[in-house]
Amino acid sequence: MKSDQFKTRSKVRTIIDHLVTSLAVIATALVVTPLVAIFIYLVYKGASSLNLAFFTQVPKPVGEPGGGMANAILGSGILLGLASSIGVPIGISGGIYLAEFGRGTKLANAVRFTADVLNGVPSIVMGVAIYALIVNPQKHYSAFSGGVALGIMMIPTVCRTTEEMLLMVPHAVREAALGLGVPNWRSVLSITLKTASPGVITGCMLAFARVAGETAPLIFTALGNQFWSTSLNQPIAALPLQIYVYAISPYDDWHRLAWAGALVLIILIVLAVSLVRYVTSRGVLKGAS
Amino acid sequence: MGVGIEVINLNAWYGTNHTLQDINLNIPANHATALIGPSGCGKSTFVRCINRMHETNPIARVKGTVRIGDLDIYEDAKPVEIRRRVGMVFQRPNPFPTMSIYDNVAAGLKLNGFSNRRALDEIVEKSLKNSALWDEVKDELKKKSGASLSGGQQQRLCIARALAVDPEVLLMDEPASALDPVSTSKIEDLIFQLKSKYTIVIVTHNMQQAARVAEKTGFFLNGRMVEFDSTHKIFTNPSDKRTEDYITGRFG
Repeated sequence: MKSDQFKTRSKVRTIIDHLVTSLAVIATALVVTPLVAIFIYLVYKGASSLNLAFFTQVPKPVGEPGGGMANAILGSGILLGLASSIGVPIGISGGIYLAEFGRGTKLANAVRFTADVLNGVPSIVMGVAIYALIVNPQKHYSAFSGGVALGIMMIPTVCRTTEEMLLMVPHAVREAALGLGVPNWRSVLSITLKTASPGVITGCMLAFARVAGETAPLIFTALGNQFWSTSLNQPIAALPLQIYVYAISPYDDWHRLAWAGALVLIILIVLAVSLVRYVTSRGVLKGAS
Repeated sequence: MGVGIEVINLNAWYGTNHTLQDINLNIPANHATALIGPSGCGKSTFVRCINRMHETNPIARVKGTVRIGDLDIYEDAKPVEIRRRVGMVFQRPNPFPTMSIYDNVAAGLKLNGFSNRRALDEIVEKSLKNSALWDEVKDELKKKSGASLSGGQQQRLCIARALAVDPEVLLMDEPASALDPVSTSKIEDLIFQLKSKYTIVIVTHNMQQAARVAEKTGFFLNGRMVEFDSTHKIFTNPSDKRTEDYITGRFG
C-alpha cells in the first residue's frame, strides 16, 4: 500500500521534472533562435559578395562593378578605438567612484541618475549633440567627433556595470586588504577592481558591441567617406554608415555589398569580443573564483 | 618580537550604539590572550579598535587610548602603519580569490611597494612554514588560487598572509569558528607556536579553546569587561558572579 503511494509520487515528480526541463530548453531555444536566424540570413545574402576585393578596395563609383569596404572596416576600427579610449577609462573611473568612494553621497546619486538617463538617450540625439558641440564650431565633419559620440555612448554602460561588479566583491576581501595595512586607494585598484575584473570586462565588451553597430550618431559626425582616410580631422567611413548608404540605394549590387558589410560587421564584433575574452582569461589560476 | 598592549578608557560606538564602555586592560607581550563572552558583547569591536579597523565603518566612532609598545596608536600614527604592525585574522577565511597562493602571502608587502623578488620568495616560504601550510602547497604556489584551498587551509593561508608583513601583534577574531575540528586543532597548535614570537589576542566563542591556548582571559559582557585574569583563575575560581554564570553555561 505504502510502496504504491511512493511509486505514484515519484512518477508525478519525474513528469514535473521533465516538464520544467523542457520548458527551460524551449526558452533557451527562443533566445538563441533570432541570433542564429539573423546570422544564417546574413550568410545567405552576403557571403556570395565576399571576396578579397571587399577587404582590400575602396567603394567604386556608381555603375562600376566591384569595389569593397576596406576603408569602412579601417574607419570602424579607428572610431571604435577612439571611442573605447574615451568611454572605458571614464566609465570605469565613474563606476569606481560610485561603488567605492561616493556611496550614499548626493553627488553619487546625481552621477548614477545621469548615467541612467544618458543610457536611455536615443543615439541620434547623441549625434546631434556632438554635431552642435564639436562639428559646428569646427565647421567640418570629422572622425574625431564620431569617436567622441560613440565614446560618450559607452560611458553609462561601462560605468554602471563597473559599479555593480565592484559592489558584488565581498566585504571580507576589502577588509583583508585594509587589515594588511594597504592604503584604501591601493586596495580599490589592486584588490577590489581586480577581483571584479571579469564582470567589468564583460561590461566594456557589451558597450563596445553596442556602439560598433551604431549608425545614427555617426551621420552627423563622422559622416562617411568613399575614399581612404585615416585622419581624425577628416570625415571617415564606417561599416554601419556604408551599409546604410548602400542599403537605401537603388542599385542591386550595392544591396549585395550592404549584406556583405553587415555580415562582416557581425563577424568582426564577435572576433573582437572573443579576442579580448581570450587575452584577459589567460593567467587565470586553478580554482580561482 | 611581540610587544604589550595597554588599553586605557576605551569607548567605541556604532552610530548611537555604545558598544564598548570604559575598557581598561594590559595585554602581556608574547602571550596568547583570549577574549570570551556572549554574542554582541563587544569583543570583536574591541580587537578591531586595536588595529584601527573599527573606524573603517563610516558610522563607527572611538575614544580612549591604546598603546602598542610605546606607540599611542590614535595619537602618533596613521591607520595603515598600525595595521602593518598589528596583523589580523578574520572569522571567515578571506584569501584574495584572484591571486595565487604565493601572491596572497606576498600581497601585504607587494601592495606596499616591496619588490625584491628573492627576499619575497624567502618571506613567503617562511610565512607558510610558520603557518604550517608549506608542505601542503609548496608544489603549486603560483599555479593555484588561494580560493581553491579547503577552509582550514585558507585560514592558515590568511595567517601566513598576516605574518608576512612581520607584525608585532596578531589579532584573531574567532579564527576557527568556521572550521572543522581537525582544522581547528591545527590552528590551535599554530597559536601555541606563534606566541613565542608575537603577542596574540584571540576572540573565541569556544571556552575550551580559550582554556587550551591562552594564558590570560578576559570576559566581556554588554560592552564592558567584567573580569580579566589568568585563564586558570577565570575558569576555576572567577571573582565575579557573572563570569561564573557564563563559564558554567547558565547563559550565553
